[in-house]
Amino acid sequence: MLTRRQLLQSALAPTHFPASARAVIFLFMPGGPSQIDLFDPKPELRKWHGKPLPVEATKDLKLAFIKPNANAVASPRQFARHGGSGAEISDLLPHTARQADQLCIVRGVHTDAFNHDPGELMLMTGSMQFGRPSMGAWVNYGLGSESRNLPGFVVLSSGAPPSAGTNDWSNGFLPSAYQGTQFRRSGDPILYLSSPEGFTREMQRSRLDVIRRMNEKRRRETGDPEIDARIASYELAFRMQSAAPELLDLSSESARTLEMYGVNREPTHQYALHCLLARRMVERGVRFVLVSHGSWDDHNDIDKGLDKNCRITDQPSAALIADLRQRGLLDSTLVIWGGEFGRTPMTQQQRTDIGYGRDHHPNCFSMWLAGGGIRAGVTVGKTDELGLEAVEDRIHVHDLQATILHTLGLDHLRLTYPHSGRDFRLTDVAGLVARKLLRRPPA
Amino acid sequence: MAPAIFGVAFAAAGLWSLQPVQRPLAPADIDGFIRARLTREGLKPSPEAPKRVLLRRLSLDLVGLPPAPEEMAAFLADTSADAWARQVDRLLRSPHFGEKWGRHWLDQARYADSDGFRSDRFRPHAWRYRQWVIDALNQDMPFDQFTIEQLAGDLLPNATGNQRIATGFHRNTLTNREGGIDPEQFRVEQVIDRTNTTGTVWLGLTVGCAQCHDHKYDPISQRDYYRLFAFFNEADEDHMDAPMPGEWGPHLQARPEYDRKRRELLAAKNVPALQAEWEAGMIEAAAHPGKRLDWDHAFDDLRTDCEDGEKILRTPAAQRTRRQSKILTAYFLGNYGRVITRERKEQLQFDKLAKQLAELDKTLPALSEAPVMRAHARETRLLQRGDYKNPGEAVTAALLPLLPSTGVTRPARLDLARWLVSRDNPLTARVIVNRIWQEYFGRGLVRTAENFGSQGETPTHPELLDWLATEFMDGGWSMKRVHRLIVMSAAYRQSSITRSAVDAGNKLLARQSRLRLSAESIRDSALAASGLLAPDIGGPSVQPEEASGRDRYRRGMYIRQKRTAPHPLMVNFDAPSGYGALCRRNRSNTPLQALNLLNDPAFVEAARALAKRTEGAEFDERLNRMFALTLGRAPDADERAWLRAYLEQQPPAVAWTGVASVLLNLDEFITRE
Repeated sequence: MLTRRQLLQSALAPTHFPASARAVIFLFMPGGPSQIDLFDPKPELRKWHGKPLPVEATKDLKLAFIKPNANAVASPRQFARHGGSGAEISDLLPHTARQADQLCIVRGVHTDAFNHDPGELMLMTGSMQFGRPSMGAWVNYGLGSESRNLPGFVVLSSGAPPSAGTNDWSNGFLPSAYQGTQFRRSGDPILYLSSPEGFTREMQRSRLDVIRRMNEKRRRETGDPEIDARIASYELAFRMQSAAPELLDLSSESARTLEMYGVNREPTHQYALHCLLARRMVERGVRFVLVSHGSWDDHNDIDKGLDKNCRITDQPSAALIADLRQRGLLDSTLVIWGGEFGRTPMTQQQRTDIGYGRDHHPNCFSMWLAGGGIRAGVTVGKTDELGLEAVEDRIHVHDLQATILHTLGLDHLRLTYPHSGRDFRLTDVAGLVARKLLRRPPA
Repeated sequence: MAPAIFGVAFAAAGLWSLQPVQRPLAPADIDGFIRARLTREGLKPSPEAPKRVLLRRLSLDLVGLPPAPEEMAAFLADTSADAWARQVDRLLRSPHFGEKWGRHWLDQARYADSDGFRSDRFRPHAWRYRQWVIDALNQDMPFDQFTIEQLAGDLLPNATGNQRIATGFHRNTLTNREGGIDPEQFRVEQVIDRTNTTGTVWLGLTVGCAQCHDHKYDPISQRDYYRLFAFFNEADEDHMDAPMPGEWGPHLQARPEYDRKRRELLAAKNVPALQAEWEAGMIEAAAHPGKRLDWDHAFDDLRTDCEDGEKILRTPAAQRTRRQSKILTAYFLGNYGRVITRERKEQLQFDKLAKQLAELDKTLPALSEAPVMRAHARETRLLQRGDYKNPGEAVTAALLPLLPSTGVTRPARLDLARWLVSRDNPLTARVIVNRIWQEYFGRGLVRTAENFGSQGETPTHPELLDWLATEFMDGGWSMKRVHRLIVMSAAYRQSSITRSAVDAGNKLLARQSRLRLSAESIRDSALAASGLLAPDIGGPSVQPEEASGRDRYRRGMYIRQKRTAPHPLMVNFDAPSGYGALCRRNRSNTPLQALNLLNDPAFVEAARALAKRTEGAEFDERLNRMFALTLGRAPDADERAWLRAYLEQQPPAVAWTGVASVLLNLDEFITRE
């Protein structure tokens, strides 16, 4: 494992301009968390509760399941102001609220898709089409990996997996070296990580040694440098075989740390473990960690659904911020929390036998960012009083992507890859860096 | 508008790939062109590769499998002048040829066994198209016919079943069944995909760039695009009974009894009357939305969740096909509960009835089916900014004006297909021979195999490309003839050993290239070497990890391709997931590939089988046999010594499995040299 000092000194692929972040942890909440019940209170909805919203406000809405004339439903949650910044956060997120002064809450995020697959792809790959590289793949393509022993892009998933599956962390048309490697929850953390049954580590090493010798011989005979890369891949694979178990071995973590995240306790354990592992990965030079917890797709019974997901994720997400901060890693690690879209101010009362829910809402939703050169203790953006549209500091997901790349020192316009006749980039043909989110607006 | 058209005409005049294909006067074979270029650059070609390397190369290239030791021995013993030609012809005749080259075509056809998107439903009949491809290539179906049948087989006069199955090409589009999607939106997206795929696969043009605006680089206006789009817009998805030999008899025999029992079961629960009432309610909800919310939702879901649901609903009951009636009744039984009270739902117990019907279905021997296309008249409008909700002027189907016209006044899809393979079309033959070439040398004569437009690269050997294209067309569009021309050449048979760094990227072909095998070929080679391979040709897809018996050991191309959950081996070794036409695979090199070959139980099983297959012999002989099976050669003294030392360190129970695994992990094993 590299020390932090070594990390800072290690050679990097040159960036387009100075970076404020070296690593990204994306706390991905697929399904679409309800901003109205978490970060964006809409007291005005109480007036409309149980009634359709005014036609002139809803007539252009295109929604996945409900009609725009569905009845509005006010949030039953209590909102209070938190921290020195007075951020408004609901009672579902008491732990996150205590980190309010570290967060940059962004209320005006919007996207083009109102269904899960295209929405997730839009957020993760910048396009609603399948087959494009994921943000983590782009970042590793742009910056290279800092870890000698672990993949540069790791995926950890708990709860229901995201609906677009592996497409959310695909290398797309980039070389497969940039694909997200999913750590699995049971069995090997990385597929095929364990040596075959009956093969000890020493036996694996001797198997690799003879493979290496024979490959080196072939290299001399053929002059093909690709064999050097093959040899290097086998060596990295071998190191991963010990680095991954070391990464997963939490014996060096204090009881207080485990307690802070909620590891070994339900309902937080799995997601907490992933947040803690994300920190350990960043410490070991992993460039991009995608931590996914789903699903927030509360078409029905949203009160119950949100309560459950917040009980699982609130404490570990907050602990991650606090822990990165106390270790001096928050400044160089960008943490992002959010889903592919938000939820409607109207109810989706499909059935009478269970509680109400909310439909997908792409026009405005909330995310938060922390660390990595992002402003702390601010809320940026504003939505209308009914929660239908973002009206101030609107940030399209392409803008968010441009901003994330920017913190890493990458210009989203210049990070391109030629494919099928043209240069592609993460932000497709759009994207503006949201300078208002940056701590030090660059000169 | 006029200046743009002028600009278009000007650009078209300049682009190399749009110039007529001209047969160069001299030289008269592949090697002549390659050598002439090398001579100009002051380079010499490489010597021929050793015979062992050559046969392994040829076998992997033509059938995707390493040569069996007996095949190698026969070739080495054959000192006749036509020894090589005999091997070439043997392998071109092998039914595995259609598998190896079929997979190459399936990449372009964006084949998969599932819908894609969130539900990503399994497509149980998709394989019928794959089968058609394998058969067509094995029969060396001329490429013009191969084209016409896939793009418009349904429109051929007296189209045969197989000619209709070929149109399954268009059915490899993704299908979105997500809530809220407007079926028209998705239909349009599918038509766009068909248009763009056809443009990429046959013309090597990024026509899709003209979807929202005139093409920025190539002479394709947005209007041209929608006129091309119109060919595919005037078609709908269809479905046909396509029984395999021997299926009809048992089916017809069992059918009267089956029909009677089914009628009884449905009548006992009063389904016909209730369903008729429900259908009327759905049609009412469709006509007057907003009255009853539960019915509105139920209708929306029918449109997205039920295959052809709305279409069947609107077809009078008496005119529905057996299949359509069955689909709608099944959907009714599963969803009626949503528009009635819970008490009524519990009282009806349709779930039980559905189970009984499913049991009954098992008594009726099934007829295989196939997804196909059929003509369907429909007006086409230019979609402004590519938005289906923003239709502009009406357009009629027309061939791309950047290419010579065929003179047909009101062309249909069939005319489009014929035009693509007309002698005057400068693109198709060049594009196709270039992709075949690419598989043999690791890069095409035009490196950008998917783009022959102005943003693509120009050919390294333009005359050779034209010569091959001419040979292809004049040779009756025989693909096997092109394959044969290439593998018979000295250029193909050169050594792949790197001599100098003069020609980085080996553009000039002063040597062959070492190429990492495809995901499928890596699996197939390991199975072949270990003796586990089930070499059956064709048939439905398999899930080897869950199968026992032969299905566990089928070739990689038969592994079920689920778009959202591709097989790990396929992901790790750069096989496509079927999201769009892929003309050129990556050849990456990653630690996950190492873990895959070292530790994946399937490869450990192959190593164990290889160890077992060579049991009984003494060390030297056993090692010789293993090398012959995996690398097609004998070990040298160093290798022998290293492997003996390795073997002696290992516990005896797994020692030879370890040796076998070492060989299966060698760069040489997964590389075509």
